[in-house]
Amino acid sequence: MSTETPMSSPQCRHLLDSLSDYVDGTLQESLCVEIERHLAECEDCRVVVDTLRRTVYLVQTLEQDQPTLPSDVRVRLFHKLQLDEFLEGDTMTEAPAK
Amino acid sequence: MVHLPRPKSVTFFSPAHPMTEPISLEALKAGDKAEFARFVQTHSPAIYRLALRMLNNPQDAEDILQETFIKAYQNLPRFDGRSKLSTWLYRIATNEALMLIRRRKPEALSVEAPEGTSEMQETLEIVDWSHMPEEALLSDEVRQYLRQAIDALPHTLKTVFLLREIEGLSTRETAEVLGLSEAAVKTRLSRARLALRERLSIYYRDRLEGKS
Repeated sequence: MSTETPMSSPQCRHLLDSLSDYVDGTLQESLCVEIERHLAECEDCRVVVDTLRRTVYLVQTLEQDQPTLPSDVRVRLFHKLQLDEFLEGDTMTEAPAK
Repeated sequence: MVHLPRPKSVTFFSPAHPMTEPISLEALKAGDKAEFARFVQTHSPAIYRLALRMLNNPQDAEDILQETFIKAYQNLPRFDGRSKLSTWLYRIATNEALMLIRRRKPEALSVEAPEGTSEMQETLEIVDWSHMPEEALLSDEVRQYLRQAIDALPHTLKTVFLLREIEGLSTRETAEVLGLSEAAVKTRLSRARLALRERLSIYYRDRLEGKS
């Protein structure tokens, strides 16, 4: 494939639609076979697959550190909901993010 | 201001309400105030986190947080329990946040990009940065860059991305929250990921070429 017009062939464009499921391992097997056959002969698509995989990894790794609920926001929320009597103690648990 | 019934004589840390127990929908529907407080305590961090990422403004996120639980309280009697409580809450919160965005910036939601992945990008950056060392990939600068790239996604993609990738909802749950088909959720997640891959490829291309 020409590097001047990367991913321009219909096959490459068609592949893009399935890539996300492919890197998640949720794509049906017949389509995986089709993709892998194409990847064997298309370097551009291999780069896109590898960097997409890496993108998902970076998101999962770097986005672990999410903002927490500030205590003043929590206090105002409980107050707004007239739940002030339940504010004491911080031993209550949060639902996990994932 | 919501008017909740006066508290029942139940203490929060009563053995009858250990904090590890699942929230009881029956108790919530019966107006058990302690259970509602436990429900708020359990789910408020996730709702605040989602609102803050959707709106990028702590005051707006706090408003959405409060409005979400007020609406949840008001609508609990009509909640049929077919979806999880958390999914239902996410639905209320995303609706509220999207309404706020629509009021402030109607154009942000009115121009829908095509659903198909391949129409999204005419060109793709082909730079193989996948073998770069971990320390280069996981720097604070990359973290900031990625955060900005996520924030810059169109809202239609960003909301799906946040629910799937950050909050860890399944495709089906995300579809339920946003009233979309599962196919539409998959397409939007794919487009969001490819857009981020593109941004990261430009970032790493510049580093590999020694531009910054």
